[in-house]
Amino acid sequence: MAEEANKQPEQKPAAQPADDMPDWSAYRGVLVYIEHRDGVAKSVSWQLLGQGKKLADKLEVDLMALVIGDNVKHLAEEAIAYGANRVFLFDAKELKSYRTRPYSRASMKVIHEIKPEIVLFGATATGRDLAGAIATHLPTGLTADTTELDVEPHPSRLLLASRPAFSEKMMATILCKQYRPQMATARAGVFEALPRDPNRQGEIVQFEFAMNESEIAAKVLDFIQDQSKINIEEAEIIVAGGRGLGGPEPFKMLKELADELGGVVGASRAAVDAGWIKHEHQVGQTGYTVRPKLYFAIGISGAVQHLVGMQNSGIIVAINRDPDAPIFKAAHYGIVGDLFQIVPAITEEVRKRRGLSFLQEETAAAKSTTNEEGGIRV
Amino acid sequence: MLHIVVCIKQVPDSREIRIDPKTNTLIRTGVPAIVNFYDLHGLEEALVLREKYGGKITVVCMGPPPAEKALKQCISLGADQAILVTDRGFAGADTLATSYVLAETIKKVGEEFGPVDVVFTGKQTLDGDTGQVGPGIACRLDLEQLTYVEKVVGIDMEKRRITVHRHLEDGVEVVETALPVLLTALKELNKVRRAPMPGMLKAARYKPIVWTTQDFPNLDRSKIGLKGSPTIVAKSWVPEQKTVNTEMIEGEDAQTKAVSLVDKLWQTDLPTKFGWDRPAQA
Ligand SMILES: Cc1cc2nc3c(=O)[nH]c(=O)nc-3n(C[C@H](O)[C@H](O)[C@H](O)COP(=O)(O)OP(=O)(O)OC[C@H]3O[C@@H](n4cnc5c(N)ncnc54)[C@H](O)[C@@H]3O)c2cc1C
Ligand SMILES: Cc1cc2nc3c(=O)[nH]c(=O)nc-3n(C[C@H](O)[C@H](O)[C@H](O)COP(=O)(O)OP(=O)(O)OC[C@H]3O[C@@H](n4cnc5c(N)ncnc54)[C@H](O)[C@@H]3O)c2cc1C
Repeated sequence: MAEEANKQPEQKPAAQPADDMPDWSAYRGVLVYIEHRDGVAKSVSWQLLGQGKKLADKLEVDLMALVIGDNVKHLAEEAIAYGANRVFLFDAKELKSYRTRPYSRASMKVIHEIKPEIVLFGATATGRDLAGAIATHLPTGLTADTTELDVEPHPSRLLLASRPAFSEKMMATILCKQYRPQMATARAGVFEALPRDPNRQGEIVQFEFAMNESEIAAKVLDFIQDQSKINIEEAEIIVAGGRGLGGPEPFKMLKELADELGGVVGASRAAVDAGWIKHEHQVGQTGYTVRPKLYFAIGISGAVQHLVGMQNSGIIVAINRDPDAPIFKAAHYGIVGDLFQIVPAITEEVRKRRGLSFLQEETAAAKSTTNEEGGIRV
Repeated sequence: MLHIVVCIKQVPDSREIRIDPKTNTLIRTGVPAIVNFYDLHGLEEALVLREKYGGKITVVCMGPPPAEKALKQCISLGADQAILVTDRGFAGADTLATSYVLAETIKKVGEEFGPVDVVFTGKQTLDGDTGQVGPGIACRLDLEQLTYVEKVVGIDMEKRRITVHRHLEDGVEVVETALPVLLTALKELNKVRRAPMPGMLKAARYKPIVWTTQDFPNLDRSKIGLKGSPTIVAKSWVPEQKTVNTEMIEGEDAQTKAVSLVDKLWQTDLPTKFGWDRPAQA
C-alpha cells in the first residue's frame, strides 16, 4: 500500500467525510416547501426551487417539492414547470388554510418517508412557523432567514447556509453536521426562479392525509386580505422614495410614475419613520428584501441598511441631487439633479412614448389591413 | 384564572453594535443589554389578560447570571414571579437546545406552581433573530401554537378557547384554538406600560428563583448547550458591497436627462415584458 502510494505522489487522497460525521447515505435530495394562499403560490416558493435546483445539480440528486392544501394539484404541476423532478402532494379539505398541526403532520410524513438531505422553506410567517415545528419534531438543525445557500459536493454534502447577523453588519455560515435533514428558511427576493417551462416532465406523488377535522383544535375563522396592502416583495417594478421627498405629498408623484410603468411605490426607512408612508412599503433590513426587474431610488441616500434590501434588483436607477450620494455606487443609471424636476419629466416621457407606440401600432395595423385586402385606404 | 408564562431573553442591543474596520470584528463593549423588546410586548399582553381573567404571571429566562436584571425589570412591570435558568452547561445553545431547556423549565413551572394555560414568547430576538424558539417550545410541550399575534380578541374560559389575530405578509388571519397555547408576540399587540413606582420598589428587593441543571434531575445532558445544538457557526465575515457599473446620465436640463434615461430603459426587454410597448390602459 505504502509503495503504491509512493508511485503516485501527485495523486491527492480522495476526500473523505469527516470522521465525526455519521453515515447519512440514506438521505438524498433537496425538498422545497411550496407556500401558497388559496392555491396562489408565493413567489418565494419558485425562487427556492430555482436555488434548490443549483444545489440538487451539484449534489447530483432530485429536486423535490412539497405541496399541501385543498385543490392544489395545479401547484404540483407548476412546481414541475419551475424545476422540480418529483412533487409530493397532499390535497384534502382539512388542509385548506395553513394550520401548524396538520401541515407539520403532513410534512413529517414526507420527510420520514423520502429522507431528503436538505429541506428549504420561505422565511415567511408561515414558513418559519412550520419549519420551526418540524425541525423540533425531527429533531434537526434549522438555519433561519438565509440569504446564501450552497453545498459542498460529495462526500461531505454539507449545506452551507449563510445568513445576515447583527443587523446585517455581518454574515455567518451555519452548518448542521450531525443531523439530517439539513433545514433552512430563506428570505424572499434573494434567489432567482428558473423560467417557467410548462413542457418540463416530472412525477407527482399523491399522499393520503389521515387526520380528521375533529382532531385539529385550531380553526381559521377569517382571513382579512389587506386590499390596500401592497405586496412589495412580489413587485417587479418599484419606484421608491426617501427623505429627499420632504413630505407625504410627493409620494403621489412617485405613484404616478409607478402606475405608468405598472409598478408599486417603495420607501426608505427615513420616509416611513417620518410617517409619510406605511411600513409595508419599506425596503431594507427592517423592511422587505425586494428583487424587482426595475428599481428607482429617488431622494434616497443609499445607507447600507437600505442597500441590503434592494441591491439584487435587475436595473437600479438613482436620482439624487448629491453627486456623492452612496446610492450611485449601487445604481446602474444615475441622474444628479432635483427629483421634483426629474421625476415628472420621466413620467411625461414614458407617457409620450407609450402614446407614440400606440400610434405606431395603429399605423402598422392599418398597413397590414391594406395589404391583406389589396385595396386602397386613405 | 390563568397561569401565564412569559419567556424573555436578555440581548445586546444589536442596533448599537459596530464593526471594527481594522479587524472586521464586532465591537461589543459598551453595548447595552436589554430585554428583547418583543418579549416586553408578550409580558404586557400577559398583564392585560391577568387584569381581564385573573391569574398569575411567571417570567422565565435562560441566560447568564446578569440576566437577573432583565427579570427584575419584568417584576417592576407587574409579573408575579421570575425564574432564571442558568448553568454553564446551557452555554452555546442553538434554538433546538434552547427550546428544550425552556420547555423543561415550563414543565417544571407547571408542576410546582400550577398548570400553565398560556405561554408567550416574542416574535423573534434582536440577536439570534430566528423566531424558532417559540415553535420549538410549543412542539416539545405539545401546545397549540399561534405565531405573529397582533391582537388577542379574547379567551372563552368555559370552553378554554382563545381567539387571536395573526399578522401575515398578505393580511390578517383570525384564528381560534384550544388552551394551553403558545403565542408569539408582535409589537402591534399593545403599548408597553412604564413601570409604576411600587413595582420598581418591589423589583429592587426581588430575588429571582434560580434553577440550574441540578434542579432538573431528568434533564438529558446530550440535548443541552453546545452538545445539544445541531447548528454550528462555521465562519463569519463582513459582507462586501456589491459593485455595479454605474452610468451617469448627463444632460442640460431635467427633461434631456429624463429622455435619455427612458431611451436606455426602452433598449432593454422591459417594454415588451411589461407591456410598455402597448398603450396604457385608460
Ligand atoms: C438597525 C437599523 C435598521 C435600518 N433599517 C432600514 C431599512 O430597512 N430601510 C432603510 O431604508 N433604512 C434603514 N435604516 C436607516 C438607514 O440607516 C438610513 O437612515 C435611511 O435609509 C436613510 O433614508 P433616506 O436615504 O431616505 O434619507 P437620507 O439619508 O436623509 O437621504 C436623503 C437623500 O435625498 C437627497 N435629496 C434631498 N432632496 C433632494 C431633491 N430635491 N432631489 C434629489 N435628491 C434629494 C439627499 O441628497 C439625500 O441623499 C436602518 C437603520 C438601522 C440602524
Ligand atoms: C448571529 C446569530 C445567528 C444565529 N443563527 C441561528 C440559526 O440560524 N439557527 C439556530 O438554531 N440558532 C441560531 N443562533 C442561536 C440562537 O440565537 C440561540 O439559540 C438563542 O438562544 C435563541 O434563538 P433566538 O435568539 O434566535 O430566539 P428567537 O427564536 O428569535 O426568540 C423568540 C422568542 O423566544 C424566547 N427566547 C429565546 N431565547 C430565550 C432565552 N434564552 N430565554 C428565554 N426566552 C427565550 C423569547 O421570548 C424570544 O422573543 C444564532 C445566534 C446568533 C448570535
